Amino acid sequence: MNSSLTVKNLRTYFFVDEGIVKAVDGVDLTVGEAETVGVIGESGCGKSVMARSLLRLVVPPGEIVDGSAVLRRKDGSQVDIFSAPPSAEMLREIRGNEMSMVFQEPMTAFSPVHTVGFQISEMVAAHSRMSRKENREYVIDLLRRVGISNPAQRYDEYTYQLSGGMRQRAMIAMAISCSPKIIIADEPTTALDVTIQAQILDLMKELQRQNNMALVYITHDLGLVAENVDRVYVMYLGRVVEVGATRDIFVNPLHPYTQKLLQAVPRLAERQERLAAIEGTVPSALNPPAQCPFFSRCDKAMPGTCDRAIPALTTQAGREVRCFLYSQEQEATNDWQF
Amino acid sequence: MTWSYLLKRLAMFVAVVLLAITVNFIVPRLAPGDPTAAVLEQLLSRGQQVEGSQDIVAAYRARFGLDEPILLQYGRYLLNTARFDLGSSISYFPQKVESAIVSALPWTIGLLAVATVISFGLGSLLGALIAWPGSPRFLKSLSPALMVLSAIPYYLLALIILYLLAIWTGWFPLGGAYSQIPQRFDPSTLWDLAYHAFLPALSIVLAGVGFWALGMRGAMINVLGEDYLTLAEAKGLPKGRIFFAYAVRNAMLPQVTSLAIALGTAASGSVLVEVAFNYPGIGYLLYNALRSSDYFLIQGVAFFLVLTVALSVLILDLIYPLLDPRIQRR
Ligand SMILES: Nc1ncnc2c1ncn2[C@@H]1O[C@H](COP(=O)(O)OP(=O)(O)OP(=O)(O)O)[C@@H](O)[C@H]1O
Ligand code: SF4
Ligand SMILES: [Mg+2]
Repeated sequence: MNSSLTVKNLRTYFFVDEGIVKAVDGVDLTVGEAETVGVIGESGCGKSVMARSLLRLVVPPGEIVDGSAVLRRKDGSQVDIFSAPPSAEMLREIRGNEMSMVFQEPMTAFSPVHTVGFQISEMVAAHSRMSRKENREYVIDLLRRVGISNPAQRYDEYTYQLSGGMRQRAMIAMAISCSPKIIIADEPTTALDVTIQAQILDLMKELQRQNNMALVYITHDLGLVAENVDRVYVMYLGRVVEVGATRDIFVNPLHPYTQKLLQAVPRLAERQERLAAIEGTVPSALNPPAQCPFFSRCDKAMPGTCDRAIPALTTQAGREVRCFLYSQEQEATNDWQF
Repeated sequence: MTWSYLLKRLAMFVAVVLLAITVNFIVPRLAPGDPTAAVLEQLLSRGQQVEGSQDIVAAYRARFGLDEPILLQYGRYLLNTARFDLGSSISYFPQKVESAIVSALPWTIGLLAVATVISFGLGSLLGALIAWPGSPRFLKSLSPALMVLSAIPYYLLALIILYLLAIWTGWFPLGGAYSQIPQRFDPSTLWDLAYHAFLPALSIVLAGVGFWALGMRGAMINVLGEDYLTLAEAKGLPKGRIFFAYAVRNAMLPQVTSLAIALGTAASGSVLVEVAFNYPGIGYLLYNALRSSDYFLIQGVAFFLVLTVALSVLILDLIYPLLDPRIQRR
């Protein structure tokens, strides 16, 4: 399988007064063409920061301090997004057009003083040559396809006039508007009811087939992951702790954190299987000590081993896991001190 | 814009103006005794020829209509004010107060309003560029200078400018608005007017630019942290478009409110600039009225100032929904 996006050793740090917040600390991520990948993990583990890093949208005090992200473009060429200068025209061409993003908060992500239609049309206009009229028709049709009723009227409305669900659908319409090679969707369906959610996911699948599009779902919704995702990345405190095919992960989770995550799913709820809180609190990403980050919460922790070093991500039975239970390999000390 | 919104704003405007008129009506009548007596007394104390003063007092008596019932007086007063008949000036009798205002007005609008708008535009653009991450470094270093500028009182600035550019170098006239009273509008007259207006305008622009720049910088910094700016970037829009259509556009909203207030209070706020430069505008008129205790002129100018503030707030209220569509809801 050709890979659509290959991320290696991504580190995004926030340099705040209190120290360095290592929000993303050495993440490898591969997304194949037409593949659907899921990223799960508790709140604050760095999923959104990772997503923004991929489009080079991190602003000070945040900074991408290391890593590479090779994207296969529509014309088949490959570029490293991280090595381009911040104002490169190439970055502008990629954003929205080849890699687009669904933002986690559709309430705040749209500008309050521009109409929804304007904001989508503008993105289409930035990447294609259409007449004003064609553009408008095209966007209205997109709004219709994501299930917005009365799209011609909604086109000229402001975001405060739309419901949360409608905003989220408009956001998705925007993300797909330029038929990108890859969409990174950060909690794309939280504000939607189950029927609309299924409708949107089907639409995404259809686009995926049509354009060989790759999809990255960042989500707390394990139901969504189980039904739509090929491979799962489990993140914990800025690192990937387990990667594997969806079925393998669900049937036989290896990492103690993954096990807890899956156990924590409330059994009663049939459909809305969301991540529930698991015991203990996530340690701070601010100046973390050199030990397994899950040590303080882990049932299987081995004192003397797990609190001495950080385990490396190693391959075990067709999947990758970061835990001393499976391998003694330690992560190379790659301490970024500034 | 809904009708109820429009009506509410209009009602507010009328209420404010009515209140100002009523205060103007009541205050002289609160003073013990006959308000016209005070006028006479004042004239005598100034030692003017008393022949004319009898006429003046008679004119005021007729105007006040003090023998009539108070409601009738009030009604007449409202009617007069509504027709913009503000009575006669004492020191320039029989010149009418409104004609004094009207002849001072073009100067004030020409100088203060134009200078305020220039200051606003320049300052806002500077502030926006200072906050923008992509702008050249030297712009960011302007920040402290602007902060100092905004801290200097504008009359002090006016005096410094006057000293440097008029007294010391002699490049510009010391004051006044023209060399000869303009008769026609030909290029040389316009040039003369601009030449005279330059220094007072410069002091208003300089005094305001720091204020506008700092305000805009603050608003921009807030906007830069907003998700919609990140989204605009994620869409692959060109930088210039993100700057103007998203960052500046949203950061302008609080600035426009300040501009309306600044324009409304420009005439009263810049009295000292007009005085320092002998500029024959409303501020200068008010200054002279205060100096000569020209009671009716003071009242008339004060009423006019309330009117301009109320009017500019009304205009702001009417255009604001076009700038920020969320307002319509309230
Ligand atoms: N601007 C910032 N300054 C400092 N720290 C930040 C900033 N933005 C994010 N972080 C830190 O980065 C870490 C990861 O945040 P992120 O938003 O990626 O979490 P998340 O996994 O998306 O969580 P959620 O599931 O709640 O969306 C957090 O510890 C957060 O405090
Ligand atoms: S390395 Fe040790 S502490 Fe960390 S998850 Fe594995 S067993 Fe638990
Ligand atoms: Mg997030």
